[in-house]
Amino acid sequence: MSITYLEAIREAQAKLLRDDERVFIYGQDVGGTFGGAFKATKGLAKEFPGRVLNTPISEDAIVGTAIGAAMQGMRPIVEMQFADFSSIALNQILNNAGTHYWRTNVPVPITVRLPSGGTKGSGPFHSQSMESIYAHYPGLIVMTPATVEDAYTMLIDAVAIDDPVIYCEHKYLYYHLKADKLPTEGLPTGRARIARQGRDLTIVTYSAMLHEALAVAEQLGGEGFEIEVVDLRSVKPLDTNTVLASVARTGRLLCVGESFPWGGATAEVISRVAAEGFHLLDAAPQRLNAKDTPIPYHPNLWSAHRPNAVEIMRKARALLRE
Amino acid sequence: MLQTAQRTAKSKTKKTAPPHERFLDAFRWMLLARTLEEKLVSLYRGGLITGGVYIGKGQEAVSVACGLFLQKDDIFAPLIRDQAGRSAFGEPLLDVTRTYLGSRQGPMRGRDGNIHRGRPQQNQLAMVSHLGAMISVTVGALMAKRFKGEKNFIGLACIGEGGMQTGSFHEGMNIAAVEQVPLVVVATNNHYAYSTPNDREFACHDLVDRAIGYGFEGYSVDGTDLSACLDVIGGAVKRARAGRPPQLVVASVLRLSGHGEHDDASYVTDDIKQEPFARDCLKVAEQMIIDLNLLDAETLAEWHKDAAAQVDEAIATAQKEAPPEGDKEDWCAVATRDLVDSFE
Repeated sequence: MSITYLEAIREAQAKLLRDDERVFIYGQDVGGTFGGAFKATKGLAKEFPGRVLNTPISEDAIVGTAIGAAMQGMRPIVEMQFADFSSIALNQILNNAGTHYWRTNVPVPITVRLPSGGTKGSGPFHSQSMESIYAHYPGLIVMTPATVEDAYTMLIDAVAIDDPVIYCEHKYLYYHLKADKLPTEGLPTGRARIARQGRDLTIVTYSAMLHEALAVAEQLGGEGFEIEVVDLRSVKPLDTNTVLASVARTGRLLCVGESFPWGGATAEVISRVAAEGFHLLDAAPQRLNAKDTPIPYHPNLWSAHRPNAVEIMRKARALLRE
Repeated sequence: MLQTAQRTAKSKTKKTAPPHERFLDAFRWMLLARTLEEKLVSLYRGGLITGGVYIGKGQEAVSVACGLFLQKDDIFAPLIRDQAGRSAFGEPLLDVTRTYLGSRQGPMRGRDGNIHRGRPQQNQLAMVSHLGAMISVTVGALMAKRFKGEKNFIGLACIGEGGMQTGSFHEGMNIAAVEQVPLVVVATNNHYAYSTPNDREFACHDLVDRAIGYGFEGYSVDGTDLSACLDVIGGAVKRARAGRPPQLVVASVLRLSGHGEHDDASYVTDDIKQEPFARDCLKVAEQMIIDLNLLDAETLAEWHKDAAAQVDEAIATAQKEAPPEGDKEDWCAVATRDLVDSFE
């Protein structure tokens, strides 16, 4: 048996609907026989009548509705058709869901699934990575699963968590990533994972960039360098301890993320390591992000816009030389 | 399929009609709200309240009708000028005074102020400032009740004509009708969005005309006439409870204060102050009580005195309580303690 990252997301939702009557799925085109723009909910509307509901194109109201339902004890899962469109729901997510527990002591357990990241030909409005925006605001948990196993267990965790969870699922991984079977348990949310052990350089990354980083580590392994790769799994909370422990072993740090370069998850990692682990560093920490332009449509431009194995390799070699 | 919403003829209360059966009950809540808010204004002027004070002067008749017909399992989403409705729904005066005076006790514990308070677990939603946002939240709360198999519940959400112009309001109204939840939306046109008059807010003939476009049933009411408000809003609540499509009531009033107490409202024209909708609903109701001899003068005076005493007590209690302190605050915005991000 082989299961993809996308199938893992579907299976997690099927399990959640089966096991917990508080769960319902709310989003554009998720219901009926269609099952979502990416088929992440295919068949679920039939299997769970009345609990997988199509909505109007109203991102603000979709999330607002989920918030109200969560306050009354439900565990809604919202599917944004693309992460990019969650900008319409920013107010509900940041100002309503994100502030509610702090203001009223009543948590808002919603899960918002964001099909994130770039694929060829998708252009400026269907390719964005929004994790850094959401991580910036208080009151939200931001997950960025990079493996089939994490896609499954972290989505199940997301629904169990009492706080609003932004679950960033990477569209590029939907079909590219396969596992033999679904796990029965995973690492707890908030814990980073050492995806590959090494002692010469730490690459900290998350989501689809994990696989670019692992490819670079593999290639450099053939040249005798041992690259440690840390998969953050969630960017908020950010597992600073695992990152610091890795930097303590390697003395060198490169952070890679697919989102825009100003601020963001990679900047946060470097800031924390510089503040708390400056003495551990043998070279200035580096980071690599997408370019500071909208995400281009054409494949030639797109593949040069996002960080890729070639760029990661260039940065890694420069760091290893220092 | 959705039921087709029909626009119903506008309600007209005859001057000679006997007052609504809950008229006196409603009047007493209005009086309490007015007394409380006048006191809050004087505390603000005396520098004893930090942040803004936002009152519902002139809107009490509409607001009380919003709170009065709700039961405890109903959802109430009040907005900025709904003290009368909040009180009628069951909000203790102490919640108000503690929030305004910055007590560590009370529902917001100093973390949020003034009208942004609520008790979601008791079905009083805590509004955010971003207008229109609470409509869909109310829809979601009603859907949850339906999922859970509860019966006989409704939701009522308040908005102003200013908030009606947001995208969030539009999305919320539309999704309410799509979901066919038992919702009443009461929109009070107080003729100014902060300082902006109606002619720069919208260009439609009558805001209630939007009801049919959303799939709501729409009604208009003179917001200065308490009996009419009770009649029309009470009717909308009854219809929502009976399974009719979502209900929109548009009330017309003039805001008899600034946007907040920092605002002298000098932009309100003399002409508009002469309009019928510029009457003070509390005075109109009180005059009706006197004219129809619904209460004797002694009882009426007693009600005034009692409202003042309740308000004084709630203020005195809150003033004695300790404020929150920065170094003792639990600076944690998530409920899941082991998912707190740590910053050095």
